Amino acid sequence: MAPIKNISRRGFIKGIGLASGGLVLASSAYSFSNFGSKEEDILEFNPNLFVQLNSNGSLILVASRSEMGQGVRTSLTSVIADEMEADWDKVIVKQATGDAKYGNQNTDGSRSVRTLFETMRKMGATVKAVLITAAAKSWKVPESECIAKNHFIIHSSGKKIGFGDLVEIAKEISIPENVILKDPKDFKFIGKKLPSIDVENLSNGSAVFGLDKRVPNMKFAAIKRCSVAFGTVKSVDKTEALKINGVLDVVEVPMLIKAFGPLGGVAVIATNTWAAFKGRDALKIEWNYSKNTSYNSETFMDSITANVHKPGKVEKSIGNIDNAFKKANKTHEATYKLPHLAHAPMEVPNAVVSVKGDICEVWAPIQSPQAARREVANFLETDQSNVTINVTFLGGGFGRKAKPDFIVEATAVSKAINGPVQVVWSREDDIQHSYYHTVSSQFLKGAIDKNGKVTGWLHRFALPTIGSTFTPGRDLPQPWEARSATDVPYDIPNLQIEAGKADAHVRIGWLRSVINIPHGFAINVFADELAHEAGKDPLEFRLNLIGKDRIQETKDAYKYDTSKLKHVLKTAAKNAGYDKQLPEGHAIGLAVHYSFYSHVAAAIEVSVTNGKLTIHKISVVIDCGTAINRDTITAQMEGAAIFGMSLAYYGKITAKDGAIEQSNFHNYQVLRMPNAPKIQVEIVNSNDKPTGVGEPGVPVIAPAIINAIFKATGKRYRTLPLSDHGLV
Amino acid sequence: MPTYNLKVNGEKQVVEAESDTPLLWALRDNLDLVGTKFGCGIGQCGACTVHIDGTATRSCLLPVSALEDKEITTIEGLSENGSHPVQQAWKEVDVPQCGYCQAGQIMTASAFLETNPKPTEEEIKIAMNGNICRCSAYNRIQRAVAIASEKIG
Ligand code: FES
Ligand code: FES
Repeated sequence: MAPIKNISRRGFIKGIGLASGGLVLASSAYSFSNFGSKEEDILEFNPNLFVQLNSNGSLILVASRSEMGQGVRTSLTSVIADEMEADWDKVIVKQATGDAKYGNQNTDGSRSVRTLFETMRKMGATVKAVLITAAAKSWKVPESECIAKNHFIIHSSGKKIGFGDLVEIAKEISIPENVILKDPKDFKFIGKKLPSIDVENLSNGSAVFGLDKRVPNMKFAAIKRCSVAFGTVKSVDKTEALKINGVLDVVEVPMLIKAFGPLGGVAVIATNTWAAFKGRDALKIEWNYSKNTSYNSETFMDSITANVHKPGKVEKSIGNIDNAFKKANKTHEATYKLPHLAHAPMEVPNAVVSVKGDICEVWAPIQSPQAARREVANFLETDQSNVTINVTFLGGGFGRKAKPDFIVEATAVSKAINGPVQVVWSREDDIQHSYYHTVSSQFLKGAIDKNGKVTGWLHRFALPTIGSTFTPGRDLPQPWEARSATDVPYDIPNLQIEAGKADAHVRIGWLRSVINIPHGFAINVFADELAHEAGKDPLEFRLNLIGKDRIQETKDAYKYDTSKLKHVLKTAAKNAGYDKQLPEGHAIGLAVHYSFYSHVAAAIEVSVTNGKLTIHKISVVIDCGTAINRDTITAQMEGAAIFGMSLAYYGKITAKDGAIEQSNFHNYQVLRMPNAPKIQVEIVNSNDKPTGVGEPGVPVIAPAIINAIFKATGKRYRTLPLSDHGLV
Repeated sequence: MPTYNLKVNGEKQVVEAESDTPLLWALRDNLDLVGTKFGCGIGQCGACTVHIDGTATRSCLLPVSALEDKEITTIEGLSENGSHPVQQAWKEVDVPQCGYCQAGQIMTASAFLETNPKPTEEEIKIAMNGNICRCSAYNRIQRAVAIASEKIG
């Protein structure tokens, strides 16, 4: 029997009203041709793009966002299943291809749950309503006598019918305009600990990451790129490379100067990855180095530091900062310098691409499948409908895999060799040709009155902007890159935030929590310095600095709430035992930051013995509104804490004559298990709208460590990483 | 190209590869056993860990030519249906985030518990030192190794 296409899908789309803002489905064409089982005897009920109920009871829910360890395939679908009263064991999660019909699919900005929660709830509730109507109709009873429970519709008389058995009737039911959502107290999955739907495959080696994708006749390729950003190939001698057993061909890859354009270089095509790597190493290439050969990290840091030691572009001004300094009982200033970082996801960038004439199919670990589709179509000068982007599991992303340059590059190779190819980045490629987290210099100056109250706050920062990746030559931040500085949550009468100039000499990109890393660092460390200058306890001082309870005006739809900030800070301190007697030489440092609309605090206990730092315990508290999956949130906070420790301990990418000096995990280290402390996570109970989880745990870690070291030793470190100071 | 006779997950396999080809790429590209992962290629991350005669070994540095007559076990051959106590513990704790490092973590942990079935917390941490988890599921990995040790118990 042919699958039954639902007749009222358009009505449904209208029915959910798009009020939640996250999805634009109304004008889409709906095709389910590649969804789910097509076995002969199975009927399908496709009430909307995200839900397919089969007559055998299996329920296919579509994950439109990419899975990179943040648990999104489980959390988003569990919201639909909860509202539907579905049996979780009957759920199969399908990964969406990159397609505008799913609404925004960009998996970054800690936004998946935040933007899709309401929509997913309505989707589930709508399907449940249809199933109740279907059952009531077939039983000829009032709908009000029927309820949905665990994949059944149950009548008050006790008779019941399985969801799957309702498929045929459900197709006749028109989709209701309005549905009632569950009372949060009745949630079955939301707010609980649901294990990852993929845990089995992720524990037995069968989950298919991008690098694991194989297609018939696929070749392997590695690309040699210029060591200096935007250098081009002058000439290439392929003789030695072609002599290597397994090497098939050598082709040039064009450089495209655009946001997600590939860097270009020379690709070696081979029958296996090892031969591709060896062939790549055997190439002899002469390069036209770009003007970025002038990029040297030390002199660059000096130049942006000079730019924050003089007035910059005013991003925000309240009161009169000059007067505040004049009238101050005491002023204090500090300069903070943080280096570039690379994401180093465990799985390197890679893509399998098969170009056949106008048609192109891609399999890749990509955070932004729609941007990939657009860029590939542009490159091939074909219509987007000819391009299919299959999203594999991502072996980590952290923002790196939001940039589809590595897919466009593989597309160029596939086109050149006229067949399917997997382009594999080595770890060296990944570390040396990233879209780097920005390097920064920040100057802060504070005014303190005779009561120890802060009356003035000046914050100047200079850092190459992500905007330079989209608009080459841009040397001042985009408005949103100033926000985490201008939104400083302190109740200070005179406040000025300024941005200094900074040129980009490498590709700048976003990395887990982005601009909040430098801003969160400077704001939290400087507040701690001011506490010391004022002779006050850091916790009490900070709570006073945040000031009275208020909803802080911001330029965003979400406002932050100072009472929540104080609550997470106090709770983290309490959980860490801030008031308790600590072992000799131990001290607790604090930090609190609002980002991705979540309020997060960390309290970190350290000691320094014989010049070496030990972190004993990290206590993190997050208020992220409604918690969808508590276990996933806890895991994200644990991961973010270590990610923050990694950057604090070792994170440093430097350039010499334009070339990146680090290359692999031996000189771009990340934290390992022996240094991983116990991380205690508390999630604030809340029925407010869900807010970000993947990123906001990062910015508080490094400053809390610095503040703890100061408390333990009296030494104030204003630059990272700590390995530069011999502490780790 | 030369050929090598390997024994992988109990089965004889003939691999045609250059003698310096690391086992990692022979597994992945010749034998389609892609559960063993590439992370660094220089023995730093542990993503490529397999068992050679029961010992956890980094397959990215081990040429195929050195492996004839050895018993090679990959994540695919660790157990039928993910039933190894270490895998059971992994599921119980819901360890994986992205999951990419986990095959390597599980292979390291399972070989370690063979030699030290009742490790202390400190011994677990040291044994797992060679396996990076960039998602940083370290607290959970540690807990799962401890739980697996009880299961084996
Ligand atoms: S890939 Fe072998 S240790 Fe990293
Ligand atoms: S789970 Fe992602 S690297 Fe370990």
